[in-house]
Amino acid sequence: MSEKQTGTGLMGWIDARFPLTKMYEEHLSKYYAPKNFNFWYFFGSLALLVLVIQIVTGIFLTMHYKPDGDLAFASVEHIMRDVDWGWLIRYLHSTGASAFFIVVYLHMFRALIYGSYQKPRELIWIFGMFIFLALMAEAFMGYLLPWGQMSYWGAQVIISLFGAIPIVGDELTLWIRGDFVISDATLNRFFALHVIAVPLVLLMLVVMHIIALHEVGSNNPDGVEIKKNKDENGIPLDGIPFHPYYTVKDIVGTVVFLILFSVVVFFMPEMGGYFLEYANFVPADQFKTPEHIAPVWYFTPFYAILRAIPDKLMGVIAMFAAIAVLFFMPWIDRGKVKSVRYRSGAFKLLLVMLVVSFIGLGYLGALPATETRTMFARLFSVGYFGFFVGLWWISKNENTKPVPERVQ
Amino acid sequence: MVVGAVGMVAVAVPFLKTWSPSARAKTAGAPVEANISKLQPGQLIIVKWRGKPVWVVRRDEKALATLEKVVDELRDVDSDESLQPEYAKNWHRSRKKEFLIMEGICTHLGCSPTYRPEITSDFQGGFFCPCHGSKFDFAGRVYQGVPAPTNLTIPPHYFVSDDVILIGEDGVA
Repeated sequence: MSEKQTGTGLMGWIDARFPLTKMYEEHLSKYYAPKNFNFWYFFGSLALLVLVIQIVTGIFLTMHYKPDGDLAFASVEHIMRDVDWGWLIRYLHSTGASAFFIVVYLHMFRALIYGSYQKPRELIWIFGMFIFLALMAEAFMGYLLPWGQMSYWGAQVIISLFGAIPIVGDELTLWIRGDFVISDATLNRFFALHVIAVPLVLLMLVVMHIIALHEVGSNNPDGVEIKKNKDENGIPLDGIPFHPYYTVKDIVGTVVFLILFSVVVFFMPEMGGYFLEYANFVPADQFKTPEHIAPVWYFTPFYAILRAIPDKLMGVIAMFAAIAVLFFMPWIDRGKVKSVRYRSGAFKLLLVMLVVSFIGLGYLGALPATETRTMFARLFSVGYFGFFVGLWWISKNENTKPVPERVQ
Repeated sequence: MVVGAVGMVAVAVPFLKTWSPSARAKTAGAPVEANISKLQPGQLIIVKWRGKPVWVVRRDEKALATLEKVVDELRDVDSDESLQPEYAKNWHRSRKKEFLIMEGICTHLGCSPTYRPEITSDFQGGFFCPCHGSKFDFAGRVYQGVPAPTNLTIPPHYFVSDDVILIGEDGVA
């Protein structure tokens, strides 16, 4: 370190004024990550990649898009038909939105199975949850911008949720919309939030997420702390420098991801109506509600919980609780063993219940409600919340396997 | 600290206030007139008021007769928990029995229900919300066991003459 700061040449000149070498070493060449990362550990860097894709394609979309109730829909079609390569930029952005959620859901699931939210990584998890919240806000507001039927009525349904709040509800929805209905005013403010406000927050949170991660160090599939066993130089015995080892490994993940991503972008950008809903190819019409309003797939699990409860206010509370409860994961789980590899059968069973419930809710949330489906949605809602209750219950005195001293 | 906090709030107010409906949006919320002289029995017309669809329905005798039959299946028969001006808080939920003036926005999550004038053995006619399956009778009263919590909202309105109604004001009559 010290010889770097007194170094000569351009780097020496910079390092005397800005800690470039220091930062490079702290976060890449001398950041020691556990040597046993498996494929689950691709999704963090992939999320970063998708973020970059979204920002770059988003910037280019704003150069042609018009945030105006009368012009928005046509400007999107203009991008699709008239702008050279406009279709590609737009499909990259729309597919990127779904890809973002796929990657983030898998990234979060990784944290659940390997206990990456547990002490001392509570803040990493909480920053991550705020990223998830910001991402949902970003996706929701972005979905209004094409100003199609589903944009319009989806936003109508979601904003109406705030109307369920007693006393201030109606005033609040009026304030959010800036008009008596979703209108040009709503579109314009959502545009501002989507392209400026939320991305800034998102970037800041991502930086905090990574700083917190690099402060305590990465967890791993064995859930053992590699910092406990260091060599004479203070380097973890089971650690390898992030660069070049994991930068190179992540390139493999990136290549596989980009192949799948390209297949969607070039051959099935609508993904059978799940990534881009068919009703959204019809311009927004405030006098005509589509026959069936469904949110985009990444919101359907929470939407299914909302619909499963017959009371409006309780439904809204349950839906927000389904997200809020995740924030408390580090304290709901009272166990000391991190990785699923050494946890009890009860934990594995709960995990299966969570996955089945979440996917079940996601499936039901995309379909029109019938009585049978509502019954199943209720069952899965109980399963979803049951995971957290069950985990709190079993984790106090869990029958775990012995955790090894070092990674296997 | 306190002074700083007061200052922060004072600065925040103008920014937050920009989100309120603008003067133009409020002007667009002014009352609107509708001519109902050509409305046939059973027919529904949509009038745009504050960007919301307001339905004007001319109900025939058959439709009015169903209002009695469905009473047992409704959630809020007397509209105690629903929104309507005092003069529309009656069994037909309107000033004149024949004419129903009602906001076409579902009280569940703001979709626009569809008009189902056919009276069948399954459904006594009225309105059906395609979003989440809420059902309403010919007076916009909500059925039990559907997600919508209350009856459809009746906006302020009055008859300027026999042929013309004004939506958005209570008037004097």
